[in-house]
This record gives sequence, structure tokens and C-alpha cells, in this order.
Amino acid sequence: MRAPGTLRLGAGAGFAGDRIDPAVELARRARPDYLVFECLGERTVAAGHARRLADPAAGFDPLLAARLRAVLPHCHSAGTTVVTNSGAANPEAAGECARHEAGELGLGSRIAVVTGDDVLELVRTLDPVVWETGTPLSEVGDELLSANAYLGAEPVAEAVGSGADVVVTGRVADPALYLGPLVHEFGWRVGDHDLLGKGTLVGHLLECAGQLTGGYFADPVTKPVPDPARLGFPFADVRPDGAAVFGKPDGSGGRLDRRTCGEQLLYEVDDPGAYVTPDVVADFSGVTFTDAGTDRVAARGATGGPRPDGLKVTLGFRGGWLGEGQLTYAGPRCIDRARMAADIVRERLVAVHGLPEDAVEVEYIGAGAAFRGLAPASDPTEVRLRVSARVPSAEAAEAVGWEVEALYTNGPAGGGGARRSATEIVAVRSCVVPREHVRPRVTVLG
Amino acid sequence: MTVDELADVRAGDKGDTLMLAVLPRDDVAFTVLERRLTADVVAAHFAPLVTGEVGRSVVPGLPALVFRLPGVLGGGVTGSAVLDGHGKTLSYRLLTLELG
Repeated sequence: MRAPGTLRLGAGAGFAGDRIDPAVELARRARPDYLVFECLGERTVAAGHARRLADPAAGFDPLLAARLRAVLPHCHSAGTTVVTNSGAANPEAAGECARHEAGELGLGSRIAVVTGDDVLELVRTLDPVVWETGTPLSEVGDELLSANAYLGAEPVAEAVGSGADVVVTGRVADPALYLGPLVHEFGWRVGDHDLLGKGTLVGHLLECAGQLTGGYFADPVTKPVPDPARLGFPFADVRPDGAAVFGKPDGSGGRLDRRTCGEQLLYEVDDPGAYVTPDVVADFSGVTFTDAGTDRVAARGATGGPRPDGLKVTLGFRGGWLGEGQLTYAGPRCIDRARMAADIVRERLVAVHGLPEDAVEVEYIGAGAAFRGLAPASDPTEVRLRVSARVPSAEAAEAVGWEVEALYTNGPAGGGGARRSATEIVAVRSCVVPREHVRPRVTVLG
Repeated sequence: MTVDELADVRAGDKGDTLMLAVLPRDDVAFTVLERRLTADVVAAHFAPLVTGEVGRSVVPGLPALVFRLPGVLGGGVTGSAVLDGHGKTLSYRLLTLELG
């Protein structure tokens, strides 16, 4: 049961490739007021721009249509509004996709599209300093593909306030997808730092969906999670004063307790006292969680300070190509044979294909690769050699996998299971632009 | 005694900085870790990958400790060719730290 006067926000997705059935379960059984699909990583939007350059109708989340087909009938009957950043690099096309899917289902859904995050022309004019290089953008040699500012809750609030059934955005700060409906429903204002801090806590805890209910938490010994194949997605019941109780659908898999909430609270937060968003600098340092029943947790103690003057921008560049090849060695002397194979590949990539030696990366998977050499295994049962290189051309990238594959008839004994790939890389970097130069817009379709 | 016996660890990334959130399983574990899991001890466990000063914050209400390890992810997720560019697996590296 939900407390009267609260707003229920549901987490329908926590990344672009997330599962769909838990969102359907949440829509049907928890009947949230808002169902939010967070489907846009830093690289996702830049990669979307690369796809849009090749096809003007592309650039939004390819799973958007499938997600909407699955949840819209349930959302329609429960009066649930869908909010998603699946628009990625092409929110207008995503909005049209949403209108099409709603039409196919016989629902007269109202679609609102938030744009204005695309600041490619603006950064070319302002030429801001790029964080990672410390130089003005114009001095970065790589080809700039995209620039997207992190919009805040205001345009999301305006879009849901337009009476939309589905709100599609591009780059919006993840917590703002949840904060927008709270700002609209409860009338929170820009200066309400404490409330915005509390709402941002709600958004931050929900934005990764299954990570709050035992996903990416589970360990069969130290952190057992029941029925993880049917992991339920979380929701929050939020009061007008920002107090929130988190839960998940009764009967779903997973667990939601103080430990899962604690891990998610600190996920990708480098300073718990200053979590910077476009809407508020949230302070999570005083947050506490208390059990409020089975798979129910109350969160309190978040607050916040004034929002920053600038908006963070993700810049996408053509970053060259990644070539890789893998091959397994097993049994006696497998690590020695893998090292011999790596030496052969490295020598040939430099001498025959002209790759710079420092571009070639060698990893011994199963012998300590993941820990980056900090704890190497001396006598593993088997080891998978991975050779990779970031290089400027597709041809050089292809050479990496080719040389690994050629070890079959030219390398050490007993190599098996060769795999190779060459993929173009979109590199992301960041900068800041003054807030007043960025103008979000809300368009209602139809 | 290892960190694995006292706490859970979650890894995150910001550029080439690895972030590790340490969540003690009870108040006694928190007391031990707050005293003994210092920034210097963590820096030594990840040497020579660390390129700058390791930062530590304490969040007493959870309770938790948050560490920032600059340079460990050399190049970050789109700058490095290694398989786990995010350093997601490195949370379990901290669990192996022997507290003595």
C-alpha cells in the first residue's frame, strides 16, 4: 500500500541494454505515477550521433519501440506517465517513434519531446577548455562529432506538465528524469535546495534500476540475492517534503535493504558531500537508511546547495579504431606459451604492419589481467591471450586480430578458440558551458 | 584478516580515477576499517598504478568509506584498450587487502 499524498516513481530501465520484462512487472503491479527509462550513458549519446551521421533517422535508442510496446498498454490503464532519455542523439525521431508505437496500440498518447541539449554549434563558438586535455576545444586534434549539455529537471517538469503521456528527451542528467516529475507535481522551485537535494537522492537511487534491488550487488557467499533471474525493478513513494520510501513489486526477485541502498548511494559518487547536478549540488553525506518492512527502505538526510552556473557537456570525438584478437592456451606451460605468442604478435604488428609498439596492449585473461598486473597468477589452468591496440585506421585495427588468428599455424602449440574484431571508437571528453547559453525546448507532438 | 571479511566494495570510474566505496557490514567492522583502512594503505595496495594522492571520505550515517585513486584507469573507458576499461572488477582487488 502506498501512503496517501505520495507520488510513486518507478525505475523501468537503468541502462540502454536493460531488460524489458521487469518494467512490465513494475507497470502492472506497482502502478507508478511515473515510469522512467534511463537509457543513455556518456558514450551512448556520442555513439548515437555517429549513427545519425550515417542515417538521419537513427541516433535514438534502438530498443525504444520494444520498450514502449511492452509497457504502454499497462501505463495507459494505470494512468502512468513514461519519461525516458531514449531520444539520445535524435529526440525528435524518438518522439515520432513513440507516437507511431502508441498509434499502433490504439492509444491516443500525447508525446512531448525535450530538445536543446545539442550544443555542437555553441561549443564551436565558445571554444571552452576541455577537461581531459586542458586545452581549448579548437586545439584538440580529433574530429568533433557531438556536444550535448546535461539538462536539468526544469524542461522535464515542463514536459510532464504539458499533459504528456510519454516524455522523450536527449541528454538530461539521470536524476533529473526523476526530479522533473517531483518538481512539477510538488511545485518545488529552483531555490529549494534542500528539497531538490532530497529529490536528487531519489533519482540517484533509482537511476540504475536493478542495482537498487540486488543487481550488481550479488555475491553468492557474502551477499546472497534471492531469485536473481527475476530481479524486480524498484520504485519510490515520495512525499511533498522529499521523504521517500523505496520498494519493489511483491513477489519479484532480488532484495532491497540498507545494504543494497548503501552501495547504490555511493555508486560513481566521488564526493558524497557534493554530488553536482544541473539542478542542485546535492549533499548525501548525512543520508541514513532505515528498514520500513520487507524490501522497503526509508531514506532521509539528503540536502543540497545552489546549482552550478555552468552545465557539463559531453563531447564526442572520432577516436580511431580498436583492434583485438584473443586465443586460449591451457595446461602445462600455458602462461609461457601465451607470453611467447604475445611476443610474436607484438613483433609482427610493429615490424610488418607498422604499429607503434606502445599502442599494443597485451592481457593474460585468467592470470591476473583484470587486476592489471597487481596480482599475477603464476600457474593458471588456462589463460586467454588478448592483444589489442588503439590505432588511427581500420586497416591497422584489422591487423591485430589477423596476427592473433595467424598464430594457429605459425605460433606456439595448442592455441584454440581464436576471435577477432575491429571497431570504430567514439571517444568522450567533457567541458562546461555557461547555463544561460543553453535553451531547452519542449515540443508536444500532434 | 582481509577487507572481504568486514565489508563490501563497489567500484566506480570518473575519467582515469578509480572510485571505491567500502561498506562495512556492521558498526564493529566500521570502527576497525575507519582506523586501519587509511588512504596510504589503499594506495600501497594499488601501487604502482596510482599516479596521485589517494583521497578518502567518511560517510558515518551509512556507514561507509569512499576512496579516490587517481590514474589507476589510465586513459579511462574510451582512452584505454584494456578489456575492463571501467575497472569494475577492481572492487574485488580491495577485498583482498590484508589488514594484518
